[in-house]
Amino acid sequence: MDIHEYQAKEILAKFGVPIPKGGLAYSPEQAAYRAREIGGSVWVVKAQVHTGGRGKAGGVKVCKSEHEVEEAAEKMLGRKLVTHQSGPSGKMVNRLYVEGGVNIAKELYLGFVLDRSEQRVIVIGSTEGGMDIEEVAETKPESIIKISVEPAVGMQAFQARELAFKLGLPGSAVADATRVILGAYRAFRDKDGNMLEINPLVFTAEGNLIALDAKMSFDDNAMFRHPDISELRDKSQEDPRETQAADRGLSYVGLDGDVGCIVNGAGLAMATMDMILLEGGAPANFLDIGGGATPERVAKAFRLVTQDKNVKAILVNIFAGINRCDWVAQGVVKAVEISGLELPLVVRLAGTNVEEGRKIINESGINVISATTLAEAARLSVAAAKTGNAKAA
Amino acid sequence: MSVLVNKNSKIIVQGITGKIGSFHAEDMIRYGSPVVGGVTPGKGGTEIHGKPVFNTVKEAVDATGADVSIVFVPPPFAADSIMEAADAGIKVAVCITDGIPTQDMMRVKRYMKRYKAENRMRLLGPNCAGIITPGEALVGIMPGHIYLPGRIGIVGRSGTLGYEAASQLKELGIGVSTSVGIGGDPINGCSHRDVLELFENDPDTDAVIMIGEIGGPQEAEAGAYARDHMTKPVCAYIAGLSAPKGRKMGHAGAIVSAFGESAAEKVEILKGCGVTIVPTPAEFGSTVQKMLAGMKVAAE
Repeated sequence: MDIHEYQAKEILAKFGVPIPKGGLAYSPEQAAYRAREIGGSVWVVKAQVHTGGRGKAGGVKVCKSEHEVEEAAEKMLGRKLVTHQSGPSGKMVNRLYVEGGVNIAKELYLGFVLDRSEQRVIVIGSTEGGMDIEEVAETKPESIIKISVEPAVGMQAFQARELAFKLGLPGSAVADATRVILGAYRAFRDKDGNMLEINPLVFTAEGNLIALDAKMSFDDNAMFRHPDISELRDKSQEDPRETQAADRGLSYVGLDGDVGCIVNGAGLAMATMDMILLEGGAPANFLDIGGGATPERVAKAFRLVTQDKNVKAILVNIFAGINRCDWVAQGVVKAVEISGLELPLVVRLAGTNVEEGRKIINESGINVISATTLAEAARLSVAAAKTGNAKAA
Repeated sequence: MSVLVNKNSKIIVQGITGKIGSFHAEDMIRYGSPVVGGVTPGKGGTEIHGKPVFNTVKEAVDATGADVSIVFVPPPFAADSIMEAADAGIKVAVCITDGIPTQDMMRVKRYMKRYKAENRMRLLGPNCAGIITPGEALVGIMPGHIYLPGRIGIVGRSGTLGYEAASQLKELGIGVSTSVGIGGDPINGCSHRDVLELFENDPDTDAVIMIGEIGGPQEAEAGAYARDHMTKPVCAYIAGLSAPKGRKMGHAGAIVSAFGESAAEKVEILKGCGVTIVPTPAEFGSTVQKMLAGMKVAAE
């Protein structure tokens, strides 16, 4: 789960990481009011969206007067911000964060990730703050410092100190930096972070460290113990289809193709999409309806997939293990009847009681193309989608 | 012979009185798996499906000599249950639970290192379908009847895709020595590489199918192991050719976030290691058949 910059900063502040003075705004007037409240002569207006690359896309504006703040807010609010990371449809800007300007002497990078090869938390620092860390890794790999955290005891002060020295901070700032780095680590650990990026972590002309930008995402599986974090979810930043699916306990990812997929199991769902691609078609979605393919879940899946107007044919691929094919087949028939499905439907059942399952499908009178193997199912559904497209044209 | 579990295993079910645990325990017993009991804190002294229930894993091990455990405990408590099994001297634990926090799993992995390598428990999963040695022991949630006993080893992240492979083999009359699920989570117990090593050392396995997917470094590691240390042929399929970068495809671990983690990149790495690639998910059976024919020719 992702959260906004201002929310990440609020969390960091609670763990002792200094952040600039700032305030949230939902309207241009409110933005100007925030600027006055913060004081000073320079402000930054920042679009709050769940994507990176805001600066280059016009989502961050430095302003020298309250009037400029109001103008910048007017331009950003209610519009979709398209960045190189947001995808072509962009992200809606509903909230702005107005911050006081900071006197930057040095821009650093501080990041925390869960590393799969090491199976540990890795702390990443770099003297090249303000840039994409992937870009830094390519152009200036020597500037990247990595520290591996022992899970039994957590990050130690000496590790944070070592990092502070390697970041080239003056001796007088190291004690402060150690506190900031350990604070950020604790925020990441205590809140079950997946990723925390403070980029840039700024060393000011006055000799202070401040988190100028912050990005944080969390482990969905750990949200049961963090109701405070779950509350920060902003559905306006998510694909509505995916939100709807998640709310119904289904795992859905929307894609650009025209063959809708309903499958049980993540691996088989990916393999089904691959098979469609290999047969010359394009999958419209990933959808795992889970182990228990109950009639209700199948019906929900049909509703979800048919909402995508690009879908020209549907492929149902169920490998029934514990649940039996005859039961899944009843679910498919019921779901088709309820939803009044008009698109071509290819059903492939395999596993326990497969003969009974096929019989139910074939005798139901619903319009369905039956397939025995995965390859056949993919071929038939790709062909059906092409015919559908031809008709539409 | 086989790997990890067989007819002489003594299996306990952690979470045996829960809805899911109870359902699958019954299924495992029906298959003929040597289940000796179960654990549910607070239900010790009772019985379910004709097997004794214990309060702790230690009690279960003391009373039954159990050496294998299958964990059906809900996500908030599953990590704790795995550590309890490790501490009680269980040799092989299979964790079916999906949804365990990643940091919990990091702690579990660290905790397991407290024990000397020779006493250390092997963990399979979490978020996996389990292990089956056809005809001997089912320690998982897979449909037992789709596996013929035989000499092909299967290791995979995904449950249903593993069923697909096994049933394609069955269609061709090819059997399985053991099928091992390692699960779809980013931090898991045994890796693909660990299981390949077990199959390499198992006299009753002739060849191995590895079913991988996008995300993580484990398929590449396994490829290097196959190249450097294996005498038996390995074929592999990587799911997620059509998956977009940076999107999580169902499994918590199925996400391309670093170089070398996409399906196309993994396929190239594995090819470079001399692993036979299963070109489509419809060709598990035919690829193994060809591989076995090649072995026969080589032997003659």
